[in-house]
Amino acid sequence: MSWKNYFSTSVGKKLQMSLTGLFLILFLIVHCYINAQIFYNDGGERFKEAAHFMGTNAVIRTIELGLFGFLILHIVQGLMLWSKNRSKRTVKYAVSAGNATSKWYSRSMALLGTLILLFLIVHLKAFWGPNRYSQTFGAGELDLFTMMRDEFQNIVYVVIYVLGCLSLAWHLVHGFFSAFQTLGLGMNKYKGMIKTVGIAFSIIVPFIFALMPIAFYLGWIS
Amino acid sequence: MEHYHMNLTLKVWKQKNKNERGRFETYQVKNISSEMSFLEMFDVLNEQLIAEGKEPIAFDHDCREGICGMCSMYINGRAHGPWHHTTTCQLHMREYKDGDTIVVEPWRANAFPVIKDLVVDRQSFDRIIQAGGYISVNTGNAVDANALPIEKHAADESFASAACIGCGACVAACPNASAMLFVSAKVSHLALLPQGDPERKIRVVNMIEQMDKEGFGSCTNIGACEAECPKGISIENIARLNREYLGAVLDGGSQNAI
Amino acid sequence: MALNSKIPAGALEEKWEKYKSTCKLVNPANKRQLEVIVIGTGLAGASAAASLGELGYKVKTFCFQDSPRRAHSIAAQGGINAAKNYQNDGDSTYRLFYDTVKGGDYRAREANVYRLASVSANIIDQCVAQGVPFAREYGGLLSNRSFGGTQVQRTFYAAGQTGQQLLIGAYQALERQVALGNVTQYSRHEMLDIVMIDGKARGVIVRNLVTGELERHFGHAVLLCSGGYGNVFYLSTNAMGSNVTAAWKAHKKGAFFGNPCFTQIHPTCIPVSGDHQSKLTLMSESLRNDGRIWVPKKQGDNRKPNDIPEEERDYYLERRYPAFGNLVPRDVASRAAKERCDAGYGVGASKQAVYLDYASAIQRYGKIEVNKQGLGNADAATITKLGKEVVKEKYGNLFEMYEKITGENPYEVPMRIYPAVHYTMGGLWVDYELQTTVPGLYALGEANFSDHGANRLGASALMQGLADGYFVIPYTLGNNLADDIRTKAIPTDHPAFAAAEKEVSDRINKLMSIKGTESVESFHKRLGKIMWDKCGMARNEKGLKEAIEEIRALRKEFWSNVRIPGEVNEYNPELDKANRVADFIELGELMCMDALNRNESCGGHFREEYQTEDGEAERVDDKYMYVAAWEYKGESQFEMHKEDLIYDVVHPTQRSYK
Repeated sequence: MSWKNYFSTSVGKKLQMSLTGLFLILFLIVHCYINAQIFYNDGGERFKEAAHFMGTNAVIRTIELGLFGFLILHIVQGLMLWSKNRSKRTVKYAVSAGNATSKWYSRSMALLGTLILLFLIVHLKAFWGPNRYSQTFGAGELDLFTMMRDEFQNIVYVVIYVLGCLSLAWHLVHGFFSAFQTLGLGMNKYKGMIKTVGIAFSIIVPFIFALMPIAFYLGWIS
Repeated sequence: MEHYHMNLTLKVWKQKNKNERGRFETYQVKNISSEMSFLEMFDVLNEQLIAEGKEPIAFDHDCREGICGMCSMYINGRAHGPWHHTTTCQLHMREYKDGDTIVVEPWRANAFPVIKDLVVDRQSFDRIIQAGGYISVNTGNAVDANALPIEKHAADESFASAACIGCGACVAACPNASAMLFVSAKVSHLALLPQGDPERKIRVVNMIEQMDKEGFGSCTNIGACEAECPKGISIENIARLNREYLGAVLDGGSQNAI
Repeated sequence: MALNSKIPAGALEEKWEKYKSTCKLVNPANKRQLEVIVIGTGLAGASAAASLGELGYKVKTFCFQDSPRRAHSIAAQGGINAAKNYQNDGDSTYRLFYDTVKGGDYRAREANVYRLASVSANIIDQCVAQGVPFAREYGGLLSNRSFGGTQVQRTFYAAGQTGQQLLIGAYQALERQVALGNVTQYSRHEMLDIVMIDGKARGVIVRNLVTGELERHFGHAVLLCSGGYGNVFYLSTNAMGSNVTAAWKAHKKGAFFGNPCFTQIHPTCIPVSGDHQSKLTLMSESLRNDGRIWVPKKQGDNRKPNDIPEEERDYYLERRYPAFGNLVPRDVASRAAKERCDAGYGVGASKQAVYLDYASAIQRYGKIEVNKQGLGNADAATITKLGKEVVKEKYGNLFEMYEKITGENPYEVPMRIYPAVHYTMGGLWVDYELQTTVPGLYALGEANFSDHGANRLGASALMQGLADGYFVIPYTLGNNLADDIRTKAIPTDHPAFAAAEKEVSDRINKLMSIKGTESVESFHKRLGKIMWDKCGMARNEKGLKEAIEEIRALRKEFWSNVRIPGEVNEYNPELDKANRVADFIELGELMCMDALNRNESCGGHFREEYQTEDGEAERVDDKYMYVAAWEYKGESQFEMHKEDLIYDVVHPTQRSYK
């Protein structure tokens, strides 16, 4: 069997979801760490330094390409799996089990993922897009800190961001454990540990992210 | 335990055969004893229908002691009804009270086409086993049973996986109609034993391929299968299957043959 | 026709070895040309089909369930015996053989039983190699337990699901052969007749239960592995679909029926709760290891069990059989329960039950735990709590099942139990090669009469099914098929196939055309009641004669008043059931005739006229030490042939458990 065949079975596709998902989790950690620099409340000095590094370092920029590749794979594969899985039961049940046998968020990964995607479009359009455009075609790097501060004076943006983080949190509650389960690690003594770490991660990281627009809006950071 | 009697309204899926469209039919049953099993309540209904010159409801059942895996009703949104670790035949009427309405549907999955009413075709499970759910040992080939000690813990775990009765509740309960719990139980049962070791890589790959071919959905780790499994098969088996699969992928040497 | 059991000459322990080394063989190229039909896919059928497929025969299997894995072998709980002597406690092939012959009350064939005992060890090896997860000790080796009053530990088990695990092992071996193309598998198919050509069984007519179509299948040989006929009693521990139809069709085509009246009644089942009851559930015999069985001393005592003081309880097994107490064999325990209930001491709403009480076991285990844990002056509550924990560990799954079915908590109130039909020792008469009196037609497992005599020991049914399928039939079939290698496959347009199919189709049409007023189920219940009352745990001449008349009348009524809804050419479970019940009615009559003929009490057959002063079974060896093999001669006409049982090695004695 070729590599291609291995990854095209239902389990192979889940492996793709798992591996790309884990990569995105790693990305979240880095992204969160860098953005959290704003909480030093030093007028964005440390944040700018880190953002400059991330935006200009050749290695990071290369990884960024990979990140987008994985992100697209995660999205496309996820939506395809979702639509394929839906097609496996043509006649639906009249009465469904609801939450009696499973958690709503584990059944709603495609929905949560789509919400995150929508948020991501808004987010990229606000920061990453203009910055890279300016880097490539214009006057170089933009002042992301100032952009954030300006952007988050608008309550609509703040709400969108908080909702995006909330979707991310629920997506992660299931996704984190699921990724490990698919790699075959959701067993025995690891099971509880992975679940606990997963839930902690799903709360802490989106919380920190959500705190940023709130902090700007409420003027905690200036 | 106090015994009581009840009248019930049943909404049951009726479907003449696999090609025709089905619909719900409503029935009233009276004077049902709380001591009856759910299927005995259906016996009463069927006797009533025969007496009225109507067609009885077809449903699968055989051992009626929770082990053959033949019974398969989806009751008020629950595979095998609301009791934990229980097959339909072991569900008893004391779960219900006078005046209740119960909706009964067949297992619904494209890989389990309806044969009639509540009866579905589960031969896809046989074909998955045919793809590799066995140890290749001809009769007479065996060495002495105690020649190869097996760690008790592994033997017990293997037994827990082998307790699967192949009823299909996992598929019925899964929002994706995935058969992963069934397949993983078999893969685990055999992979945990030294006797199953020589074929472990090719087995997992072939069984997964067959599962996909049969038109089951893929696992998204929702866990409804585990919640509804009458034999308490754990989704840890799915993790194990994934690991076995990953092992086969990384090994890269397996050949696709029986 | 004289019965030839074809027992090989020579010393008992050499017969099978000699047979194996001298029987005729079929070369591999010829095997590919030989077709074998296997009816039923339980332990016997699946193991036979898999083994024959491995040898290269072209095999077809048929089962009425939706998959071979559903066969009722799956429900066996306790275990499988094998003379491995892993426990170093004195077991041997001979001892297993001896226990089986004695347990069968000296009505089994020595040579067959010895063969069974000698291949028993190979079965365990085979199953372990297939991945059957038997219970193991911490050292990684196989665990054994004792069972059914034997003195050695020779029972291998997989928790309370041994039958399931063994069947799945055989099923997987079968599916492997299906994948390899050696076996073709037909599920939801029921055999409705044997096709005879030139005096040999050459095929079958089966009905596709999904479409209702009749199909013709040719085979050089036909193997019936279709299980027992306990459902003739309507209520039994058998599965709802278990039936005698395949065996009965064979019987009507010339296969003799051996000892039809030998029925095993299992003492520890959950009692009937009402008229709605559709089947009975067995609770493992192991419960009698620790539970005490009792009824109130006062007739018709309606107090709750826990309100009846100790001195007003009658522990009747301990009273009657001080040596074995609650551990007497199945037949003895069952009859004693019936005796108490008939005398008016029964308990529960139906009064057809006795108590199986764990209160004293809980106390006993509790005290042991207190000592073990060094708790000194523990209070009563602690003792009870610890005791319950121990009992839960040992019997938790059984208690849970009891609670699911009855809604009562057996840790708090005594369980109610009553005997129920469980296994049929009788079946198609077969010779040493498992061939019936019809050439080319074989019967394996519970479908044949062979190895258990008048009473089967616990954990021996699984052993026999697998012995027949894995280790006996591959040799004996070859020995006979070696003469058939020049017989080409007979096309199924042969007149004999057409005639057999027409016969089946006529009967189905006749059933459908009756359009009476009474359901099949109702007839089955009525038959069951006659059988249970008059040919059940205790039988007498008057009752049996009445039963025969009642069954004949019932048959007439059935054929004139049964109502079968639906059509022939569709999935129609009522029609399937009608076909089966029609055969059960005919079998019921033969069972009563056989019971009437056998003027003695032995094993599962208890004739009230033949008992000792204190109510124990009385065997009549000088007159009845034979197998009664019945030949079908037409409606209600059966001719009995005797196969005398000769005991060269063991010497029959009267069993005593006092």
